[in-house]
Amino acid sequence: MDAAAPILEVDRLDVRFSTPEGVVEAVNGVSFAVGEAETVGIVGESGSGKSQVFMAVMGLLATNGHASGSVRYRRQQLLGMPPSELNAIRGGRMAIIFQDPMTSLNPYLTVRRQLTEVLVQHKGMGEREATKAAIEMLDRVRIPEPEKRIHQYPHEFSGGMRQRVMIAIAMLCKPDLLIADEPTTALDVTIQAQIIELMKELKEISRTAIVLITHDLGVVAGLSDRVLVMYAGRIVETGTAGEIFYDPQHPYTRGLLNSMPRLDEARVDSLETIPGQPPNLQRLPRGCPFQPRCPYAFERCETELPLLKRVGSGRANACHLERLP
Amino acid sequence: MSQAALLSVRDLKVHFPVRIGGIFGRIVPVRAVDGVSFDLRAGETLGVVGESGCGKSTLGRAILQLIPPSAGAVIWLGERIDSLSQREMRAKREDMQIIFQDPLASLDPRMTIGDIIAEPLRTFQPKLGRAKARARVEDMLAKVGLLPQMINRYPHEFSGGQCQRIGIARAMILKPRLIVCDEPVSALDVSIQAQIVNLLMELQREFGLTLIFISHNLSVVRHISHRILVLYLGRVMELADRDQLYRNPRHPYTQALISAVPIPDPDLERRKERIVLAGDLPSPLAPPSGCVFRTRCPYATQLCAEDIPPLDPVEPGHHAACHHWQAIAAGEKQTTGPFADMLPAPEQTRPDSDR
Repeated sequence: MDAAAPILEVDRLDVRFSTPEGVVEAVNGVSFAVGEAETVGIVGESGSGKSQVFMAVMGLLATNGHASGSVRYRRQQLLGMPPSELNAIRGGRMAIIFQDPMTSLNPYLTVRRQLTEVLVQHKGMGEREATKAAIEMLDRVRIPEPEKRIHQYPHEFSGGMRQRVMIAIAMLCKPDLLIADEPTTALDVTIQAQIIELMKELKEISRTAIVLITHDLGVVAGLSDRVLVMYAGRIVETGTAGEIFYDPQHPYTRGLLNSMPRLDEARVDSLETIPGQPPNLQRLPRGCPFQPRCPYAFERCETELPLLKRVGSGRANACHLERLP
Repeated sequence: MSQAALLSVRDLKVHFPVRIGGIFGRIVPVRAVDGVSFDLRAGETLGVVGESGCGKSTLGRAILQLIPPSAGAVIWLGERIDSLSQREMRAKREDMQIIFQDPLASLDPRMTIGDIIAEPLRTFQPKLGRAKARARVEDMLAKVGLLPQMINRYPHEFSGGQCQRIGIARAMILKPRLIVCDEPVSALDVSIQAQIVNLLMELQREFGLTLIFISHNLSVVRHISHRILVLYLGRVMELADRDQLYRNPRHPYTQALISAVPIPDPDLERRKERIVLAGDLPSPLAPPSGCVFRTRCPYATQLCAEDIPPLDPVEPGHHAACHHWQAIAAGEKQTTGPFADMLPAPEQTRPDSDR
């Protein structure tokens, strides 16, 4: 972490969902910080808790969900903050974009209404001024003919264009933290490339810190400064993008990287796999949650949960092995 | 793999009538598949790649006659099957199966997985006794990596990857010769994807299966396929052996697709020149004249608007449908599209060229 105070500090965050079948332990003791203008990639598979961490940060957990621990935005505690106070922060200084741009835009309102809303709410602008700022932002995210298109409805936009509108809404108040939850997953390859390029530009021209939540390791590699790898609701490894991709030290990270076929490497006859399935979060195994699938597991892994501990500067790993063989 | 074709597809078209403009509107054909031809050799895997709306799933279904083709021929072992009656076609289905993208939605939630996997057996081999059918199912469960004692469980008790294994077992139980795999790993997590891809390749080796592997994931397609067909708006852009396609993509669309794939290597991913295509896919209701790709193509000229480019042989076993492929390959062709300044020079467009 830089010397500057982090924008977001999450400390021992737990998220629980009560369901008729029992309590789901979705996030377990997650701690990390996001610094000024930093891009942090959050990697994990479905059920790893990567999205729920940030739903808790934004106060958007489902009604049966409960977060405990600490989430501080510029030293202000967000957990337990009344929605009226939270609304002054989220959407303005802290924005989020979701995977599916269709369901996150309101189909009944023109794009203009949805864009200007944030400016009116957070910046107290008048409609005319807000519309002008909104058109400028649409132009910046490369929506052609923004003066015309701003009066259209979401269904008149393609999937890639809707995601640009979402990014425009998020960026209008110049947030210092943008949370992007699978921003390219629902898009076609060539459209995904457009959105990645747009996010790269954003990263370069604004000082916005970005949290990029995705299961796509390629997208993370291109955009992130630091990477957190999550498994079964816990962070299992963190490091710079270089450390995570070139020298993964957690068996899960290594397994994940080895199990993807890659265009930049010679083809292999058979892919390496991680055997088995991710664990049921209602019945987490004792000890290390990855232990049933881990090729390096030994007795200690079955009984004792490995804690995330520092290895070198800025790197951390939750594994009983000092170094992977 | 030089035997006669197991399956030949000739100028296959699937057009769906769509009414546009309310109840007084007119009926317009959507050309989901528009003149696709290829041969499939026994034992090979043909990858079919393209973006949403390119017609790849429709093509797979039309080959199996699950959607009636509008024109063209589908020839299975020397016999045309596109004009067969449903009853005649049913007899062929023993040899031609399909697995779907959404593993849970494609399994009946009220049937045990044993019944689901045994259903094709009951249809095609009704004389097979219960005990024998059960033994076949248990045997197949083991082959796809599930435990035989799971036979009485229901689909909701399984994870996505396990459900996909059940779908594969159902497709495999009749020992078919061809399986159309329609995005079989797209809904699965990375670590589970690899398991399913390996399983399909093992089954192919063991049973000499022929696969049509439909996917939008170019990395997975490269891993599993012997040959690859690139579709755009219902037309074939390029057809080539795997290594030819990835090493020497000749069609500008293929070049853009390959360069767009994010690579899990921070240095490479940041350094590489990505070809970013301008705009969105055109509506299939109003495809561009001439070459359907021309509206997003950085090399498009007047000729591309006027004439449909034929699928030209580029080298043995490699075809591309572009008027300008020779000029592009020789580096003579300058980009002319609206985003020309955003593109790298043509010789840099290959993702492996800087390594």
